[in-house]
Amino acid sequence: MPSERSAGVLPGGPGEGVQVVIAGEGELATQEMTLSIGPQHPSTHGVLRVVLGLDGERIASAIPVIGYMHRAFDKLAEARDYRQIIALSNRHDWLSAFGNELGITLAVERLMELEVPERAQWIRMLVAEWNRVLNHLMFLGSFGLELGAMTPMFYAFREREDIQHLLEAATGGRMHFTYNRVGGLKEDLPRGFLKESSDLVRKIRHRLLDYEGLLLGNEIFKKRTVSIGVLPGEIAKSYGVTGPILQASGVAEDSRKTEPYLHYDQVEFEVPTGAHGDSFDRFLVLYRRIEESLKIIEQVHDKLPAGPIIPAKMPKNIKPPEGWTYVRTENSLGETGYYLVSRGGKEPWRLKMRTPSFHNVSMIPYLLEGVLLPDLIAVLGSVFFVVGDVDR
Amino acid sequence: MIFYELFDNFWAVLGLKLGVLFIFFLTAPLLIGYTEHKVLAHMQARLGPMEAGKFHGWAQLVADGVKFIQKEDLIPRAADKWVFSLAPAVVIVPVVVVFLVIPFGPALVNSDVAASCGAGGCGWWGENLDVGIFFVLAVTSVSVIGMLMAGWASANKFSLIGAIRGAAQLIAYELPLVLAAAAVAMQAGTLSLVGIAEGQQSMWYVVPQFAGFAIFITASLAELSRPPFDMPIADSEIIFGHMTEYSGIRFGLFLLSEYAGIVSLSAVATVLYLGGWHGFIIPGIPGPLWTLAKIGALGFFVIWLRATYPRLREDQLQKLSWKYLIPIALLNILLTGIFKVVF
Repeated sequence: MPSERSAGVLPGGPGEGVQVVIAGEGELATQEMTLSIGPQHPSTHGVLRVVLGLDGERIASAIPVIGYMHRAFDKLAEARDYRQIIALSNRHDWLSAFGNELGITLAVERLMELEVPERAQWIRMLVAEWNRVLNHLMFLGSFGLELGAMTPMFYAFREREDIQHLLEAATGGRMHFTYNRVGGLKEDLPRGFLKESSDLVRKIRHRLLDYEGLLLGNEIFKKRTVSIGVLPGEIAKSYGVTGPILQASGVAEDSRKTEPYLHYDQVEFEVPTGAHGDSFDRFLVLYRRIEESLKIIEQVHDKLPAGPIIPAKMPKNIKPPEGWTYVRTENSLGETGYYLVSRGGKEPWRLKMRTPSFHNVSMIPYLLEGVLLPDLIAVLGSVFFVVGDVDR
Repeated sequence: MIFYELFDNFWAVLGLKLGVLFIFFLTAPLLIGYTEHKVLAHMQARLGPMEAGKFHGWAQLVADGVKFIQKEDLIPRAADKWVFSLAPAVVIVPVVVVFLVIPFGPALVNSDVAASCGAGGCGWWGENLDVGIFFVLAVTSVSVIGMLMAGWASANKFSLIGAIRGAAQLIAYELPLVLAAAAVAMQAGTLSLVGIAEGQQSMWYVVPQFAGFAIFITASLAELSRPPFDMPIADSEIIFGHMTEYSGIRFGLFLLSEYAGIVSLSAVATVLYLGGWHGFIIPGIPGPLWTLAKIGALGFFVIWLRATYPRLREDQLQKLSWKYLIPIALLNILLTGIFKVVF
């Protein structure tokens, strides 16, 4: 018992001893170690910085530091006209470029009350879903890599390469598509696109089995992710978390269902949900979302109508009337909101984006408290964020 | 015959042996490293090195080595300079020394040379120690001191965490390794590696000692910090563990010791469990080739694991060792003992 020993009499001589006071009551003095993960660190994919307070390997506190990639998108948008913003919006979340530009064009079109041709709307859905698959594959791969399994990453890039090749044929871009125009699309799909696209759906569906074998069925992978970083649905909602992470916590919220845009109300798909809200569930939901996206893509193939892809009479200068609008879309990583205020000029008066990654990152301190340092990876890898999307 | 007389000279023989072993030490890890590049690449739908040396990038690792040597020797200002510089040597020397006692082939019996040999006999080995297996296990565990030195001297928190993980891992896995090897020594009735290999003439010890073999391989992987037990250098968590601050030739030495470690522990496992130089089915292949083939097969297995598994967590690793491997290893010893006494 340290308290007795601290001021006790040491058995030095016959009935005598030396009065000693043991510092810290005989306990070893310890203190928390501050460890700064990032901004240059292999597992933060980008320049997120997390300042950790470490007690041994246990994380006592975690503070995400953001802003290393702030590019003032919101402000920049006020100085560019609408066509330029479409190209700009590609950049901040480089993994879901099409989803971002889609939201902006939807907002402008809604403000201008433009009638978008049917074919353009269906093609937008097609490309948006391919972009979603592209995005999710990236996270499927990188999550494995962060846990130490390097192979899924290369498989993911093999699939991504095929998809990028396909989208390049239609849009001319591999990452930053800039395929949308206010009112429609840049150009129609190239000849043979639909066949290639449906072949690729089949191919990817088959190859997804690789991930199932390597990760979902892997004993060590389960050990590392099951009941790690549990996020209850209520807390996820209170942090404003959306997309796959919210769905993994058991909340079936998806803008494509609750507030359908384009023609998402005319296709059938499910919103996969998880049961426990842990890292494994988040991964599983992401995996299922790919399958659902592939389903949507196949339905679009069947329903794609013929027709123009941009209205015949488009104004030369795009000047939405005075007013505001708020568009929300289910982007790859969750709900993205676009608050657009126009004063009738060529540029928006204000464009405020609500990006999913920002809200996902805000939840990091909650998830990381009390977990071990290796679990930091399992948690960070499964909250799916793109740093550009956090900082904008 | 002047050639045979040469073998009478102690120093000439010693020099020859050391020379051969040194060449082996320099080439075998490179081969394993190149195999890793290529095997991993092909498992992962890519090609791996293709340019260096024209033919399928065979010279890639040589080029890497040259690059390491040319690089500036950086020592962080806050580092403990002496300890920092010494650490790679402490890591690599034990791995080299292990090769000294590995028997690659049978004893030379029907030759003029054999007559002039000492007590240990002559054969395809550097030295036939009576306590061979004990020597190997004792020497391999020295590496961790170098790891701790590197981690401590780097003055880097990531290095420190990595080094402490490495030390904890070594303590946990040295025990199952020794216990598994002890069962083999009991089965063979000798501690000499040559003796153990000779005892597997009729049956490889992997058959009766299968549990021991599994434990030995698992523990070896942990000791080498190879996936799925690569927490000490887990690159996505703690950058590169104790090697974070190293660059140039010192970093190269760390890498070399990792691959040399794969070779040496595969060699030990080959001798202990896979019959050493004894072949099967195909007759007429010389013993040393069998040994090398088996080492290569085990090395391939180690690489294969890297392509397949994520890494465990440090506490799960400890649990695996103390709750499963050690009890099973003890049980294995008990069963081996009973088997030995009864039959």
